[in-house]
Amino acid sequence: MPDKEKDRKDRDKDKKPAISGAWEKVLLARHVQRPHALDFINGLTKDFMELRGDRHFGDDAALVGGIAQFEGRTVMVLGNQKGRDTKENIYRNFGTARAEGYRKAFRLMQHAAKFKLPILTFVDTGGAFPGKESEERGIAVALAENILLMSRLPVPIISLVTGEGGSGGALAISVSDRLLMLENAVYSVASPEGSATILWRDVSQAAAAAEAMKITAPDLLGFGIIDGVIPEPAGGAHTNPNEMMVTAREYMLRNLTELEDKYTSRGEAGIQAMLEARYQKYRKIGSWQELAEQAPELNGLSDILQANPSH
Amino acid sequence: MEKLFKRIPKVGGESEKEPTESSSEGTIEPQDQLKTEKVEKAPEISPEKAKKHEGHTPKFSWSIKPQGDQKPKQAARTDKADIPDDLWIKCAHCKELIYSKEFENNKKVCPKCGFHFRLTAYERVNFTLDEGSFEEINARLVTGDPLNFTTATETYQVKSDQTRAKTGLNESIVTGFGTLEGLPVALAVCDFNYMGGSMGSVFGEKLVRLVEQALERRVPLLAVSASGGARMHEGMFSLMQMAKTTAAFARLGEAGLPFISLLVDPCTGGVIASYASVADIILAEPGALLGFAGPRVIEQVTKQKLPPGFQTAEFFLEHGMIDQVVARKELRPVIAKLLHHYQTAVAQNEAREREVTYAR
Repeated sequence: MPDKEKDRKDRDKDKKPAISGAWEKVLLARHVQRPHALDFINGLTKDFMELRGDRHFGDDAALVGGIAQFEGRTVMVLGNQKGRDTKENIYRNFGTARAEGYRKAFRLMQHAAKFKLPILTFVDTGGAFPGKESEERGIAVALAENILLMSRLPVPIISLVTGEGGSGGALAISVSDRLLMLENAVYSVASPEGSATILWRDVSQAAAAAEAMKITAPDLLGFGIIDGVIPEPAGGAHTNPNEMMVTAREYMLRNLTELEDKYTSRGEAGIQAMLEARYQKYRKIGSWQELAEQAPELNGLSDILQANPSH
Repeated sequence: MEKLFKRIPKVGGESEKEPTESSSEGTIEPQDQLKTEKVEKAPEISPEKAKKHEGHTPKFSWSIKPQGDQKPKQAARTDKADIPDDLWIKCAHCKELIYSKEFENNKKVCPKCGFHFRLTAYERVNFTLDEGSFEEINARLVTGDPLNFTTATETYQVKSDQTRAKTGLNESIVTGFGTLEGLPVALAVCDFNYMGGSMGSVFGEKLVRLVEQALERRVPLLAVSASGGARMHEGMFSLMQMAKTTAAFARLGEAGLPFISLLVDPCTGGVIASYASVADIILAEPGALLGFAGPRVIEQVTKQKLPPGFQTAEFFLEHGMIDQVVARKELRPVIAKLLHHYQTAVAQNEAREREVTYAR
């Protein structure tokens, strides 16, 4: 049909080549129309019931969570939620959660362990909120306790970085058996702006920091830090959210099924094997050299590394 | 059980403790304390300064004793212009002049105002453990360059080389085993002079290896943390060290071995947001800057002026984040008391288990 033909041509005209630059990816990962956590939760699961509050201080709209049905299973879902306009962003605190958000996540993860629910998390945050109230309520302790809990939680955890993975605030909901990233997502030790400030005290160098720090999904897959990359529709996830959901569901399901077959379907021994594998996955991340015992005069680290490269 | 009350006889002889590092280092000037990532100045003789202090020196007969290898000091008695200016230091906090030997004996705490100066990793080891008991492990582990980190102005390899030469350290953390008032302990100490005590691959690996050895030897672990957080130059490898180290400490906890975390000035970012905050006991030194984000970042983000005393050890205590603020001179006895409590508990539990076994 001529109409369909025309439509496809129009669509193809909009198709851009794959996005390659790290800074371009940062901008795309932050695109305001990009699907956010609740879009993924509603797109991938059914009957989502949001569970709120940390039972200590309050609720945090920047980090959402709840119980849902995913392909015939009850699962716990968690995600950093950003807004689309100023008003919503103020309500969501631009996706940067405070201590109460992370303590809510802690509570929900314990809940998941109690009922043996697999956990799916959707990471999309510039980081935990660096504010006065965060410090007063112990954001550092809240993040640390989540990391500790997730390292030993006896249920499968799959994390998907959908947009921006930023620092400890992202890590505190993404210690997992499978860490996946969307093709155009980024995950970094600190936001490019923060890194540039720390490295050169110059926020305008953010793009340079983004390049130098190797924060894209293909880079991190190459380093063995993440376990998989989910392709996006050409032009990015926001250009075709429905297609994005179909692909994401397929990848999440495949990974969850693998974990179930390998571990959780095998009783207590299986769960112990899963925890051991999770420990070893993080245990081996790093890059180091052992200097010779009787190393005489060293000309410098660069010489040693050149003589004996590990990566 | 015999081990329980065994003590190495000489206890806390503070005046006998001669920090090995400090004698080779120079003055502590206020700017050295305030600037991060800067080592203390190498000793240099400034005639103006020496002149300023010369009126004071003769007052204390005990003060002019030359110590160890510091030969220049002896010469100083005859030639006043040559008095090394590290005889006296000026407290960065109260601006009072302190005689440097007294300052050393006071474990680098100002005797006038109580300001706690930062310590190098080996100074901390010497002030903490029984003399000569420290055996370092993995001292020769050095960083790789996983990102091949290169920018217009610097490369990580060159920066690492420079930092190693400048500090004489191979990494920002020193790990090993020793005794504290006779009680065995695994010890990890950050050195803020090495790239801001930042946590990269080697930091994480050394700490995890220490935890794993502590598990094998069944000894408690003390971590003294002073760090700006994750190391930018190793990108995501650094962030993942938060998970790697915390997971190792989870195992230590499951094995029933105590973990004591001592937070010292300054401790922020990825270290305080990971292993350092999951300890059984969290202590801090008075006045230490503690927080997730640095004060500059908070002021920048929130446009709020922060009240005085915000993000100090006392602030953390007030908000329920730590167990106690402990002055440096009290640290040895306090930690020894804690170690003793846990050692007794572990022994009791083991005895109970044995009884159960015999009863069967």
